[in-house]
Amino acid sequence: MAVASDVPKESFRLSMLIYDTRFRSLTIQVVVLILFALAVAWLLNNTVQNLAIRGKEFNYAFLWQRAGYDIQQQLIPYTNDSTHFRALLVGLLNTLAVAVVGCVLATILGIFVGVMRLSHNWLISRLMTVYVEVFRNVPVLLWILLAYVILSETTPEPRAFRVTDEMLAAGQAPAARMWLWDTVAVTNRGMNIPAPVFDRPLGTLALGPLTLNLTFLALLAVIAASVWVNRRLVAAARRQQEETGERPATWWKSLLILFVPAIALLAALGFHLETPALKGFNFQGGILVAHSFTALTVALTLYTAAFIAEIVRAGIMAISRGQTEAAYALGLRPGRTMRLVILPQALRVIVPPLISQYLNLTKNTSLGIAVSYLDLRGTLGGITLNQTGRELECMLLMMLIYLSISLIISGVMNIYNRSVQLKAR
Amino acid sequence: MTKSVLLGTLAATALMAGAAHAQATLEAVKARGELICGSNTGLTGFGNPDANGNWVGFDVDLCRAVAAAVLGDPTKVKFVPTTGETRFTALQSGEVDLLVRNSTWTASRDSELALDFVAVNYYDGQGFMVKKDLGVSSAKELDGATVCIQTGTTTELNLADFFKQNNISYQPVTVADDSEAQRQFLAGACDTYTTDASGLAASRATMPNPGDYIILPEIISKEPLGPVVRHGDNNWGDIVRWTFFALLIAEEKGVTKANIEEVATSTSDEEVKRLLGVSGDMGAKFGLPNDAFKKAIAANGNYGEIFAANIGEGTSINLARGLNALWTQGGLQYAAPFR
Repeated sequence: MAVASDVPKESFRLSMLIYDTRFRSLTIQVVVLILFALAVAWLLNNTVQNLAIRGKEFNYAFLWQRAGYDIQQQLIPYTNDSTHFRALLVGLLNTLAVAVVGCVLATILGIFVGVMRLSHNWLISRLMTVYVEVFRNVPVLLWILLAYVILSETTPEPRAFRVTDEMLAAGQAPAARMWLWDTVAVTNRGMNIPAPVFDRPLGTLALGPLTLNLTFLALLAVIAASVWVNRRLVAAARRQQEETGERPATWWKSLLILFVPAIALLAALGFHLETPALKGFNFQGGILVAHSFTALTVALTLYTAAFIAEIVRAGIMAISRGQTEAAYALGLRPGRTMRLVILPQALRVIVPPLISQYLNLTKNTSLGIAVSYLDLRGTLGGITLNQTGRELECMLLMMLIYLSISLIISGVMNIYNRSVQLKAR
Repeated sequence: MTKSVLLGTLAATALMAGAAHAQATLEAVKARGELICGSNTGLTGFGNPDANGNWVGFDVDLCRAVAAAVLGDPTKVKFVPTTGETRFTALQSGEVDLLVRNSTWTASRDSELALDFVAVNYYDGQGFMVKKDLGVSSAKELDGATVCIQTGTTTELNLADFFKQNNISYQPVTVADDSEAQRQFLAGACDTYTTDASGLAASRATMPNPGDYIILPEIISKEPLGPVVRHGDNNWGDIVRWTFFALLIAEEKGVTKANIEEVATSTSDEEVKRLLGVSGDMGAKFGLPNDAFKKAIAANGNYGEIFAANIGEGTSINLARGLNALWTQGGLQYAAPFR
């Protein structure tokens, strides 16, 4: 009877790191990692030495100095007495404003165009093809410049709106008029739209560098509460429908719940609209939407929407034709088939490339420099960098911020992607 | 212990290498056989390429004088156009040897940016330009106006201060360079354009109807403009400073491009003799040929000639000498004695 003896245990030899396939890949990775770390260390050392030679030290203390310059579009209070850090925040919010508005509009337009491009109507599908091809194949910077030039060169100067006594006497009309019952003025500098104003605001609460607008928060809280109550109402109605087969009418209750508290609060706060009026050189009052913002947003939206349309088209075409036929066989109309059957399935194909389009749009906002839009690139990476001479610090900080924004977008979108993926049950 | 010695040696080596590098601009220029001069992207009268691509202008001529002093030939200059945003980085990184580009001498640029302003070749101040039919006669009437302003400049900060002091408001439109500012201003996208008064005059000279625009009387800041070098290379800074002073002394002593050869042989003024390298060894003390400053003057003439040819009365820019007259004629231009 033969007894199987143990295979003698091979002792580890140094040469095995190279010749043994079990260890070789690890060896290579360790060596590469060491080389990479050395390269990074060399770069850092080189930078520190060069800074020392130029008599500059690496620090971010300049962020707390007075900025001294003004910014056209501010979403949070800012004056030239604020710090460079505050200017950075203003720029960051300007970047995010374009990114958020652009992403939302581009998604809506992109889905619309993508679906229309598959239309059986020859004219519509061809028109959409032309749109997609034209926008995809011309650099986005040119679209931004074109939008800006059109907005600023075809609109009248503010003084074209002026009415003088002589003109009244002669019965002449001014060269330009405001739109929408004299509430919106479009000049070659921007769009002046009515601003919401409160006679009895709740004031603000200062928390360190942050200033909270209590009026805005109260309004937000009331709307959130209304939405929550409304959802409870609809859920209760559904429960009753499932139990008794009869659904109680909820639409008027919903309307009351959703709108009455908000309107009551607005009335209590003395809400009204302040319309812009021509005073001196410019329209004063209201909100100025600068053409640089509009041009950047419109161009980025149109450009990115063309790519999103292609992604949506590809996603829809990835769904088997049988799904549509099955839905038709159940008696669903084309619109509902698209919304309830095709698009939900197409999302798992659409979302991953959609993430990179959102990232592209966000990063492309830095092209706003071409139309004097003061975003993060214009404040931190432009004026602050220049006035303080801290190139390295500003560039590193700016790269870090763009990196963070991109990672956040892609993280959030990946969570969404997981929720729309096909689930095996 | 061993480690700190090693690091200390490394740091010392690096510092010495750095010091050697800082002294090397003159050698680098000589070895290259060409001076690299940072200039404006194009400001008529001060620095812009003409129809044949040759750079001409008031600032350009100072670069040419330095090239003539260092290399003996005023044509051996390469001009690198820089914007308000890129100019100091270009100088710091060694991309250019010298920056002559309407740059204002300020304390923070001297200290924080590690640059040295070596002279003032134009005493300027910030002004405002408006369209005549706007009906404005003073900058203090500009409440609520939209202002075009070049980004990364001292004028940007002065503007904010001026409006704050006068308790009036404005909307800034930041633009990258002079030509963009001009386009926006002409299109009416801003009510007024602000920059150094000399820049406004230069800008106006290139507009279709210069008569339609006025420069408001307020000068809201001091803007001493001058050549800039990197901090730490003192000999190079001295060369640029004394080349400029040589042009001033030449005007003061009546030495012109036309009469320089004759003066060199006939003069009895000891300072002029030293300046033109006829006696003494002043040029050699800067590490240059003894006739270096003579060549600098011969390149485009003395300070007054350069002024008159590029921006003075009679040119399209039409600037009076004003503060830039010699000290003997009531101005501020004053050269230290050449001895």
